[in-house]
Amino acid sequence: MGRTLALIFAILTVALIAVGTVHGSKTAPASTPEGAVQSMFANAKGHDWNGAYSYVAPSSNVDQGGFIRDLTGRNGSLRTYSQLDSVNTRVLHESENEATVRTEIKYATAVGATFETRDLKVVKDDGAWKVQWPAEKEVNVPPQVIPVNYLRWDIVWRGPGDDWGAQNVENPNCRILSMNAVERDGALIVMGEVVNEDTVPAFITVGAVLTDNAGKDVAEESSFDKISHVLLPKEVSPYRIDFPGIKKSDVKSVRMTHNWMLVPASADPVIGVLHQRIEKDITGRTVLKGELLNESGQTVNIPHVLATFYDNAGKVIWVSDAYSDHALLPQTPQPFSVALRDDLAANVHTYRVTVNDYSLHREN
Amino acid sequence: MRKLIFVVLAIAVCWFAADCARAAELRVPQDAVAGQPLSIATSGSGTVYLIGPGQVIKRSFKSGGNVEIKGEELRGAGRWIVVLRGDGHQSQAFWVKPGKPEKLNFLARPSRVPVARPNVISGVTFVFDRYQNLILGPTPVNFNLSVGGAGSSKSVTSHDGVAWINSSSAPKAGAAQFVTSVDGVEVRRVVQQVAADPCNLRMHVAGRANNMVVVETDPIRDCSGNAVPDGTIVTFIQTDKSGKSTVDARIKKGTARAELPASDNATITVAAGVVLGNELHVGGKP
Repeated sequence: MGRTLALIFAILTVALIAVGTVHGSKTAPASTPEGAVQSMFANAKGHDWNGAYSYVAPSSNVDQGGFIRDLTGRNGSLRTYSQLDSVNTRVLHESENEATVRTEIKYATAVGATFETRDLKVVKDDGAWKVQWPAEKEVNVPPQVIPVNYLRWDIVWRGPGDDWGAQNVENPNCRILSMNAVERDGALIVMGEVVNEDTVPAFITVGAVLTDNAGKDVAEESSFDKISHVLLPKEVSPYRIDFPGIKKSDVKSVRMTHNWMLVPASADPVIGVLHQRIEKDITGRTVLKGELLNESGQTVNIPHVLATFYDNAGKVIWVSDAYSDHALLPQTPQPFSVALRDDLAANVHTYRVTVNDYSLHREN
Repeated sequence: MRKLIFVVLAIAVCWFAADCARAAELRVPQDAVAGQPLSIATSGSGTVYLIGPGQVIKRSFKSGGNVEIKGEELRGAGRWIVVLRGDGHQSQAFWVKPGKPEKLNFLARPSRVPVARPNVISGVTFVFDRYQNLILGPTPVNFNLSVGGAGSSKSVTSHDGVAWINSSSAPKAGAAQFVTSVDGVEVRRVVQQVAADPCNLRMHVAGRANNMVVVETDPIRDCSGNAVPDGTIVTFIQTDKSGKSTVDARIKKGTARAELPASDNATITVAAGVVLGNELHVGGKP
């Protein structure tokens, strides 16, 4: 009996060691293309960069530092403030030595989840599948002098020693140009445009109050980041306010609220939006694509793109936004993509793109 | 008996007269002015209380001396009551007028206004003396509104302490100095007169470099010839086969400038607010 027990324990020990060996190594050679991609991102999520890099095919011609920067971001971009959250993979094509894996990567960021879809090429290398990582070309702006005439507005407010007749400088004149309330996906969405008609910069907030058929206020919300809060003179911004779970039929009226404030501001940087066009992305969704060009001399760390879509009557039918997870280096184009609802694409007659900028080392 | 009654009555009358002679008396001047000394003639002895707008003054006096109130003590204009407590009890009301104008409160509206608009600027002046007493009597108040040395003046007589004017904005843009003055006392406000919408917006190709076309506007002015303020957004839109490119440029030093991608065949338009400019057709990459 004692010998039998000893034999059972010996077999159990060997089996557990075997199981531990199989599942314990995070850098075990991948036996499938999908496994290689999953393992690479699993190691990256755990910040095991050596482990993650071991799944990168040598033919990728990317060093480990560049690979890490591709995943963690550079130049103070939004990616540097994000965390890899989850990865979904699907094999699009597979042969004996090569495969294509569609990878949907989800990052958790301070401004919400951001998604990236990549079709990764996976190759067999020495019997193991490895990811051919498409190295991101690191842009180095050549040393140069970019002359910028900085323009900013400073404000002298009334002071404690002023008499009661001394007026403060007045708040700017802004105007809500349009408002359109629609119901989409079970939410009431109020959108439109607002303009600063004054000659001084304005900090604006736009909100909406919904009133039901009994005349009672049922919801109040403001546009959070789907608006340019700082408007320079004559600048127009879209706004969008979402009321999830509210049906249009339950609402009798929408009362717009706003607040315009005079603030010190800078007129820089100037960001050009180049080559805008509506097309399908690799997943077949309709997107507005283009390139952002920072025409100033300082890096814009987090660009925020706002797109306004109009029908053929000039009515705002959709407002969409997207944060770019790449910083805008001076004079260097950076692609962007903003989603457009597929059901609205056919109705879009024209569109307008504006860019909010957030910079780490700039005083506004 | 009749003689005795006469003597007693004479004594009583003399006694009464002597008592009256000993009682304090008040004589208050009727032309008191805030900030100026006041002398109240009294007789006898006692204490004087002066009760005025937001202020009470107490003075003791003896044997017929005047009660002297210093100028800096008599601050409030309006109705005062002087009460005498002593050998007798008396009270008397008198009025204190405000002093000369030494302080102005000036409300100028608005702080920004487009040029060449009729009756858009208002100025209201409240005339006070040194101790914040509103001077209700008619006082000539001067208003002067000028931009760059050129401007207009007007004199208005205040009514119940207030004088006001309405003025048109000048055709010239700039920080207008809006000054109100009374007897050498003046208060200044700034009314920014700003250019109206751009007029005759035009652009040209300023150069080509690094596969980009640089477009620049001519100096942007309103229909009165004033430079549109720096910082105003000017939108350049280029349309070609690769799509639409836009740059929201800011006016700097009177012009706006943008870099757009070079194209074989592109149309560039420019707009500022609701004003459209000219259209350019450019072609041929450098």
